[in-house]
Amino acid sequence: MNNSENKAQGKSSRRNFLRKVGIGVGAISVTGLTGAAFKNNSKNGLKSGETVRLLTTDGKLVEVDKSDLRPVKEIVAELKEEARAGLPNRKFGMVIDLSKCKNARKCVEACQEGHMLPRDHEWMKIYLLQDDRQTAPYWFPKPCFHCDKPMCVSVCPVGATYKRADGIVLIDNQRCIGCKFCMTGCPYSARVFNWKDPEIKLPPDHAYDPETNIPAVEGTVGKCVFCADNLRKGLLPRCVTACPMGTIYFGDLLEDTVTNGNETVRFSKLMEERAGYRYREELGTLPSVFYLPPVERMFPVESGLEDVDEKIRDRYKNAGPR
Amino acid sequence: MEADKKLLKDLTPELEKTSIKWYLTFFLFFVLFVAGIYGLILQIEKGHIVTGMRDNVVWGFYIVNFIFFMGLSYSGALISGVLHLFHTGWRKPVIRMAELITIISLIIGPFFIFFCIGRLDRLYFLFIHPRIQSPITWDVIAICTDLVGCFIYLYLSFVEDFAILRDYADLNVAPWKKKLYRILSLGYTGTDIQKKLLSRARMIMAAMVIAIAIIVYSVLAWIFGVTLQPGWHSTIFGPYFVIAAVFSGTGLLIILMWIFRKIYHLEEYITKRHFVNVGVLLMIIAAFYGYFTFSDYLTKWYGSIKMDSILIDKLFSDYYSLFIFANYIGILLPCIIIAFPRFRSIRNITIAAIIAILALWVNRYIIVIPTLETPFLPIQDTRPDWIKYTPTWIEWALTVAGVSVFAMLFMLVSKIAPIISISEMQEKDKSEILK
Repeated sequence: MNNSENKAQGKSSRRNFLRKVGIGVGAISVTGLTGAAFKNNSKNGLKSGETVRLLTTDGKLVEVDKSDLRPVKEIVAELKEEARAGLPNRKFGMVIDLSKCKNARKCVEACQEGHMLPRDHEWMKIYLLQDDRQTAPYWFPKPCFHCDKPMCVSVCPVGATYKRADGIVLIDNQRCIGCKFCMTGCPYSARVFNWKDPEIKLPPDHAYDPETNIPAVEGTVGKCVFCADNLRKGLLPRCVTACPMGTIYFGDLLEDTVTNGNETVRFSKLMEERAGYRYREELGTLPSVFYLPPVERMFPVESGLEDVDEKIRDRYKNAGPR
Repeated sequence: MEADKKLLKDLTPELEKTSIKWYLTFFLFFVLFVAGIYGLILQIEKGHIVTGMRDNVVWGFYIVNFIFFMGLSYSGALISGVLHLFHTGWRKPVIRMAELITIISLIIGPFFIFFCIGRLDRLYFLFIHPRIQSPITWDVIAICTDLVGCFIYLYLSFVEDFAILRDYADLNVAPWKKKLYRILSLGYTGTDIQKKLLSRARMIMAAMVIAIAIIVYSVLAWIFGVTLQPGWHSTIFGPYFVIAAVFSGTGLLIILMWIFRKIYHLEEYITKRHFVNVGVLLMIIAAFYGYFTFSDYLTKWYGSIKMDSILIDKLFSDYYSLFIFANYIGILLPCIIIAFPRFRSIRNITIAAIIAILALWVNRYIIVIPTLETPFLPIQDTRPDWIKYTPTWIEWALTVAGVSVFAMLFMLVSKIAPIISISEMQEKDKSEILK
C-alpha cells in the first residue's frame, strides 16, 4: 500500500519535475523532431513576443518563441519513433566489477522502483555462482546484456523487440504478442513475463514509453532497458547510481569511457588491466555487458548473505558448483 | 448395383440415421470441450498466472500439445500421400481416415499456440508486422500453406464420393444435405476427361502434401533447434521431428481403424491385413525414430559439455520414469509386438499403437520442459512453481478439450461424408482388396 503510494508519488513528482525542467531540457531533445509542429503553431500568429534560448540535440543554440513550447507529455508520445532509433553516435556498454559486489541489492531495488516493477519482477538479478568445485563462489549481478547479436531480436515474429543504433535492446509492449519466443531464445534468462495484470497506478493520460517500459501490460514481456530514459537525459542508469560499492560502470564505448558515478576510467584500459570478459563468450551473442573477475575482493562472499532478509537468503541455499 | 448399395450403406453408417449412442458420445465430448472453454475464459480474464508456466518454463503443455497435434497432422498427410503415390492396393480403406486426421489435427494444433500467447487480441500482428527472420513467421507461412494444401487434397478425394451420394436417389437424408452434395460434387459425372483430371490433380497434390509436410514439421523443429538452449540446439531436430510426427500419425491411424471398425462394424473392409500392414509401417518408423532419439541423447551424454551433462542428469533423475517410458518402452514395445507374427493380433497392434502415441506425447514433454528448467544461469528462486513446472487444471482441461474437439469433428464428418472412400473401394474388385 505504502509502497504503491510511494511509487505513484515518485512518479508524479518525476512528472512535475519533467514539466518544469523539461520545458527547458526536454525541449532540447524535441526541437530536432518537431520542426514541423513549430511551424504549424506559428501559423496561428499568436506570438508572446518573449523568446527562450534552447540547445538542440546537435548542439546548436536556437531561439524560440515561448508560445511554441510544448509540455513534456507529448515528448513521450513522440518518443516512440525516437525510442526505436536510439541516441545517435553512441554505443552504450556496462562493466560490472565482481570483486566489489556483496549482494547489497540496492541496484535491484532502484531498478524496481524506477520501472514500477512488482516486487517479484527483477530486471536486475543477482546470482551466487560457483563455476566449479575447485573455484570460489562469487556474486554475479545480471542485467540484460543488450547483445550485439541478440537472439531475442532475431526470433521475435512481430518486431516488438528491437536493437537500436546505440546498442540498446528494447521492447515495445504495445507490439508484443506474448509468444515468449524471446524468453526461450535468450540464453541469459534476462526477460520476465507479465503473467498477471501489473496493477500500476498511473494517471490515465500517461503515454507508454518504451524507454522505461511503463506502464507494463499483462501478457507481454519486460526486461532491463539500460535506463534508456535516463541516458536520453544524460543521467546514468539507476542501478549504477544506486550501488553503494560502485560495482557497476557505465558509459559510451565509442568514447572508451565508463563511470560508476565516482570514478571515470578508460574502458579499454580497464579491460586490459583487470582481464575483463563477457559471460559465456562462446555463445557468440556479443553482450554489451562486461565483467571484471572477482579477484582481490573487497568483501568475503558470505557477507552477501548477512544483511538480506530470509526469503532472499533462501534463494541461495542450493547454490553450488555447476 | 446391389453391391454398390451395400457398400454405401456400410461405409456411411451414420449418414441416414443418428443413433442414441452417437448423441451420448457427442454430448460427453461436448461437456469436456465446454470445461476447456471455461478454463480458457478464466485464463484470458486472470492472465497466464492461472497456468503452471512461469518465467523459466515459459512454454508448457500448450506447446507440447501444439507440436503433438501438428505431428499427427503431417503424418496423416505423409501416410496417405505416400500410399497414394505408390498405388498401394490395401491403402483404400484407410486413406480417407489418414486424410481426415491430417486436416482435423491441423485445425486443432494452432489453437494451442493461441492459448500460449499472452495477448491473443494482437494475434493479427503476425500478419501485419511479420519479420521473416523469425522461425515463428516461417511457421505461420508453412502452416497456412499446409492447411490450404491438405484441404485441397482432402477435398479432391471427396469429390467422387459426393457425386455418388448425389446420384443415389434412395438416400434418406435431409434436403440440405442433398443440396450440399450437389454443390460439393462440382458437377462431377465420371466422364473420362473428368476422371483423368481428377486423378492427375490428386497425384500432384499427394506429392505436394508430402513435401509441405516435411517442410512444416522441420520448421516446427527449428523453433527449438535455432535457439541456443541445451537440448534444443541440435542439428538433428528437423528430421527427428519429421520421423516422430509420422510415428504418431501412424499410431493414431491404427487406433482410429480399431475404433471405426468396432463401432461401425466395418470388419468386412478393415481386416487384420490392414492392421498388420500399417503396424509394420509403424514398426519401421519406430526403428528410425528410436535411432534418432538414441543418437541425439548419446552424443549429449557421451560428451562433457557442462549444460548437456546437467540436462542429461536431470532427465535421468527428475524425469527418469518418463524418460524410460517415452524413449525405451514407447519405442521398443511396439517394435516387439509387431515384429513377431505370433503377437500380431488386431488387439495387440492397437495396444502397441496406443503406447506409441502416449510415449510420443511424453517424449515431446521431456524435450520441451526439462530444457527450460535448466537455463544457462541456474534458477535461484524460492518459489517452487518458478523452479519446476506443474500444469494446472486449466492446462489439463484445454488438453482434454483438444482431444474432444478431435473426436467431435470426426463424428461430425461421419454424419455428412463416408469415412471410407466409396469411390476408391468401387474402383477395384472388392474381393481383390479384401484378399
